[in-house]
Amino acid sequence: MAGALLVGAIGGHAAQAPTPAGLEFFEKKIRPVLATNCYACHSAEAKTRMGGLSLDTRDGIRTGGQRGHAVVPKDVDASLIVAVLRYDGALKMPPTGKLEPEVVQDFIEWIDMGAPDPREVTVKVEATTIDLEAGRQYWAFQVPAKGSAPPIENVAWPEGQIDQYVLAGLESQGLQPVAEAGREELLRRVTFDLTGLPPTPEEIDGFLRDDSEFAFRSVVDRLLDSDRFGERWGRHWLDVVRYGDTVGRARNLPYPTAWKYRDYVIRAFNEDKPYDRFLREQIAGDLLPSESLEERIENQIATGFLAIGAHNLNEPDVKQFEMDVADEMINATTRSLLALSVGCARCHDHKFDPIPTTDYYALAGIFRSSELRNGLRRRPSFNSAYFRESLFLELEGVPEFSEVDASEVRSTREALLQELKAAEKAKDRDKRRELARKLSSLPLPENRAMGMADTEPTTIRVNIGGDPHTLGKPVPRGFVQALFPDDASLPKIGDHESGRLQLAQWLTRPDNPLTARVMANRIWHHLFGRGIVSTVDNFGKTGRQPTHPELLDYLAVQLQNQKWSVKSLIREIVLSRTYRLATDFDEANYEIDPDNNFLWRANMRRLEVEALRDAVLLTSGQLKLGIPPSSPVREFERGQNINASNRQVEPWEIQESYRSVYVPVIRNIPSRLFEVFDFPEASETHGSRDVTTGPSQALFLMNNDFVHIQAAIAAERLLTSHQRDPERVRHAFRQVLSRDPTQEESARALRHIRETATALESDPNSTEEQGVVAPWVSGMLAGVLKRQPEANEMASAMDFLRSRDEEADDSAPDSPPVSESDRGSTRKEREAALGILEHLLERQPNREERAAAARYFRELGAKRRQERSNQGREDRRAVLASSGSVKQRAWAQFYHALYNSAEFRYTN
Amino acid sequence: MTQTFQDRRGFLRAAATGFGYTAFAGLAALDALRAKDSQNPLQPKQPHFAPQAKRVILLFMQGGPTQHDTFDYNPDLVKHAGQMAESNLSSGTKKGKILPSVFEFKPSGESGIPISEVFPNLRQHADDLCLLNGMHTDTPAHGPASIFAHTGSITFVRPSMGSWVVYGLGTESQDLPGFVTINPPPAGGASLYGSAFLPATYQGTRLNVTDGQEPIEDLRNARMGFDSQRRQLDYVQELNRGLLDRTEAVSQVEGVIQSYELAFRMQRAVPTTLDVSTEPESTREMYGLNEEKTRSFGTQCLLARRMAEQGVRFIEIGHRSWDHHNDLRKRLADNAMATDKPIAALIADLKRRDMLKETLIVWGGEFGRSTFEQNDKSDGRRHNNRGYTMWMAGGGIRGGMRYGRSDEVGVAVENRVHIHDLHATILHQLGLDHTKLTYRYAGRDFRLTDVHGRVVKEILA
Repeated sequence: MAGALLVGAIGGHAAQAPTPAGLEFFEKKIRPVLATNCYACHSAEAKTRMGGLSLDTRDGIRTGGQRGHAVVPKDVDASLIVAVLRYDGALKMPPTGKLEPEVVQDFIEWIDMGAPDPREVTVKVEATTIDLEAGRQYWAFQVPAKGSAPPIENVAWPEGQIDQYVLAGLESQGLQPVAEAGREELLRRVTFDLTGLPPTPEEIDGFLRDDSEFAFRSVVDRLLDSDRFGERWGRHWLDVVRYGDTVGRARNLPYPTAWKYRDYVIRAFNEDKPYDRFLREQIAGDLLPSESLEERIENQIATGFLAIGAHNLNEPDVKQFEMDVADEMINATTRSLLALSVGCARCHDHKFDPIPTTDYYALAGIFRSSELRNGLRRRPSFNSAYFRESLFLELEGVPEFSEVDASEVRSTREALLQELKAAEKAKDRDKRRELARKLSSLPLPENRAMGMADTEPTTIRVNIGGDPHTLGKPVPRGFVQALFPDDASLPKIGDHESGRLQLAQWLTRPDNPLTARVMANRIWHHLFGRGIVSTVDNFGKTGRQPTHPELLDYLAVQLQNQKWSVKSLIREIVLSRTYRLATDFDEANYEIDPDNNFLWRANMRRLEVEALRDAVLLTSGQLKLGIPPSSPVREFERGQNINASNRQVEPWEIQESYRSVYVPVIRNIPSRLFEVFDFPEASETHGSRDVTTGPSQALFLMNNDFVHIQAAIAAERLLTSHQRDPERVRHAFRQVLSRDPTQEESARALRHIRETATALESDPNSTEEQGVVAPWVSGMLAGVLKRQPEANEMASAMDFLRSRDEEADDSAPDSPPVSESDRGSTRKEREAALGILEHLLERQPNREERAAAARYFRELGAKRRQERSNQGREDRRAVLASSGSVKQRAWAQFYHALYNSAEFRYTN
Repeated sequence: MTQTFQDRRGFLRAAATGFGYTAFAGLAALDALRAKDSQNPLQPKQPHFAPQAKRVILLFMQGGPTQHDTFDYNPDLVKHAGQMAESNLSSGTKKGKILPSVFEFKPSGESGIPISEVFPNLRQHADDLCLLNGMHTDTPAHGPASIFAHTGSITFVRPSMGSWVVYGLGTESQDLPGFVTINPPPAGGASLYGSAFLPATYQGTRLNVTDGQEPIEDLRNARMGFDSQRRQLDYVQELNRGLLDRTEAVSQVEGVIQSYELAFRMQRAVPTTLDVSTEPESTREMYGLNEEKTRSFGTQCLLARRMAEQGVRFIEIGHRSWDHHNDLRKRLADNAMATDKPIAALIADLKRRDMLKETLIVWGGEFGRSTFEQNDKSDGRRHNNRGYTMWMAGGGIRGGMRYGRSDEVGVAVENRVHIHDLHATILHQLGLDHTKLTYRYAGRDFRLTDVHGRVVKEILA
């Protein structure tokens, strides 16, 4: 049959030196036939290499496929191509029709003469045009060096080196720095920047009262010492390392222990773990010496960095999968730590940076010489067995279970495994599935984590065009050569080592040109809203040039010199005068530098979703500080694919009140709140987040119950904690916006609250009338009239209902015609509807109109029942938001307005 | 009765969900604001060249619909019926007996193109359909292939086709999102309508059309009526304008102000657009809303037409369960029953409104199925990414034609159209050159078609 050919690869044959006559025969008789009839489906140029077979290289045609070699020199019978061309087997090629018998005879003749074939692919595809020596001259590949601070005119302005560099830049452009920010603004800025939370009113008071010259310094120290610091900066790091709690892609299974790596990151930032060591642990923690068991465990967990990536467990091709896994690690490592896109060199030499494809495979060799231990494996024979407990790292010295009886779990597991073996032998598919499911729902031992372990070192051959089945020359394990001053300085990797340790050491060597620069730039980015190199994940040629190259060098050297202390560098930056600038507009400056590249003022910055949510919870008093014991993902059924309809995924960001960094990151199913507010896609490095402003954000803040409920709780607390209305307004302003209201603002706020209360009082049902009754009337009328009712029709209908209710007041004071608690199509509703119709039509509605109204009620009833079952658990807090006194509801709406204001969503 | 209401037809069309006059004032203010704002990323933009189509309706049938029993008539299958065939269509080499179509193909329309009897209503529109019988794609796994069909990439997270289109053209309705996806099928997840590195504005808005659920989240404020909400919003906007005056951080704050007004409008426009109860009975009947089997998909198709009318640029409708490894006869018949009448109604409805010519309809799944049986016992077919069928209609596509051919193992052998080519062609009909519709990200220019894609000129009207 046509369409089918040969899968897999078996080694090729030794070539025989071809004669010129033989080569001529090939060129005249064979190559044109192959090119015309076969290359479309069987060549490196073709989109799909059918059956993994390439006929456009000597290697390819001789290697052939699973059933045999397409061509075996001097052996026509063994050369599958002949049978295929003859159309006398199951396999017929080319599919478009049998070739002339003479052509087939040519192939036979050619094979008999030894299949002379000049097509050596290696020369064509692997030749590199990259000039390493020239590439090494690139600015980012020079070891950063601290120069002397540049000369400036306004010597009184700078308070330190950073300021001097920035001022020099400003002066070179004729720019003047604006004034410093007000104290309230500054406190809000630095508190969000260092902890991801707004300052409390008490903290504002404390800072405003402290008039010592060290007031700001002591605030900074307090914030750096707070455990909230690691939660903020740890999250920045998790963005960079594409943290996720599930594997993502096609078969989205849980990573039940990813949270251990997350907590490790937060701890590392809180402890101010030296950045060089932090990196070494993450790349090769398992290979580092450790002084204590505790340190050993920490080091193992750190390698989770390489293990938390997104993988396609359903990839059918095992070689492809293995290379994809290595690719994921190469990307994660080089994008996050070096800000280089080495991944581009997978299929070809890097188009812009001096990274030959051999560098890529040198790194691939390092990662392929280690084993990924994330608890999962590629597409097993039956579904539930993707997960295997034994595929995790085992943490040394940690007991399997501390809360449950370990021996019991062990014996259950043992029994299940025995049964599973038997079921596998009996090929009982259903039984196997069931047992695997049972196995995966046993409690997970506590001594498991995700990470890396070394295996047998291996050397990878170049995958030509990125195809793992088309192999080029082998590449010894190694590094990105252009980052070394010369070939001699490249570290050596022993035959029995993976090279991961050398990679970790080299990344943190003082002469590594990028590691410190990239991190210093990331820190700058988070404190100013834009990096000195604004493309924070790309320092290559296609990235942006640094706005302040000497300053970047200075910061990089500072980071290294201060024992790689991240906190020290942050402290130095936020204590600079540059950091304290206001966001003030200045027309003259704006003319010259509209994008504020030279930092003549501070940038107004949007709160990330974590800061937004945490701030709301903090002001309502609901924020739970502290570290949750683990993660809900730990309890997931471990063989269960997680998609949008999966019941295990809950809106934790709404239900739970731990800080946002602890909300699980379920790949493919971003939480609604996070997705709407630009939380990054969690499979790739994202050193800088999108800042979008769309209607879905407004809809969330206006309408989502989370905001209403928190506003109601905040109001309830406010009414108890403060007695006078102006004080209340002031307190709410300080909580949410970190500043006092002006007099006008205060007066306007009080007026708004009063108006809201009046509206609520004068018409206690106004909410219900507009939110429930009006849509009901409108829907009913639309159903009957087959068009939307006009405004005056609506008004008339609503008037009718109100007057009708007033008449009925004597008998049933509290019965509006409809309410959300009504059960489906009640008689009351039908009566009301018919009344409205009669009133508007000025006659009895006819049968068809009655039927249309009745249909509307049926649909409405079904809809309400559905809604009720969706709501499920009724939250006490939800009740609070819609009940409460008029006064409390009015104040809740005031908080709600503050949460919705643009000012709340930005730091100045 | 209509007479009475006609007489009262007034000045305000905003009453659909109980809007007051203040809302109208807000809308007027927004119109003014919009007039002076040229940076709105969703504003209609000029295409690269004169477009044939203004919008796309993509009918995505997930699971890998069989082509051999629907739209790809292959007489060779009868000739070779029962013979063993072998192919590496799916992962690994698979064997099976060739199974001719389980339904009868009939020449349809004036053009006489063969369409299976299982689509009796759709057959009536044969002269509008262009059957792409030579489709092929890169992978036979549902998730990756679905993502590939939408984003052109299996390996990386990339923007969906709809996001690219709205990025390129903006949208005509400022009251509705530019890219809407109704009931997206599960495999592939949010990547099917994600904007990846494109600004989030271009992301598809997901609608869930099932009984009793909010089609868009947070569209309704359960705690404030529209009047109180407007009063609240007025106060918020006053705070925002105060900030605008103080900081002169114009673009950010104006962006926030604008997003609130648009959101406020969406609250009104979206429920109105989604309320199909206002459609005449004949239309409801035509789309199959009165029958259990067709109601769900019929509602989706009707909504697509309503959104098309409102100027939504890219509308996708999802249908699942086309993965017929077994029970082919029954399950295909069920699926055809659920979708045939609604799709035919959509085409007819657009045509009678003279909208079909400017609306490009695309039908298909992530791949197709084998010509041979799954195995001896089951009545079904295997996955096949090397040959399948999609069809297009309207939007400047030539109707009543077949393009491409597959052989007896189901491999596309003639006039092959790769998914990149399909993408290039869709963009072309919208007036976009797929090689020029680029977005710079992480240091390079990205395209929907990566470095591939050929506009299939042979099928253009």
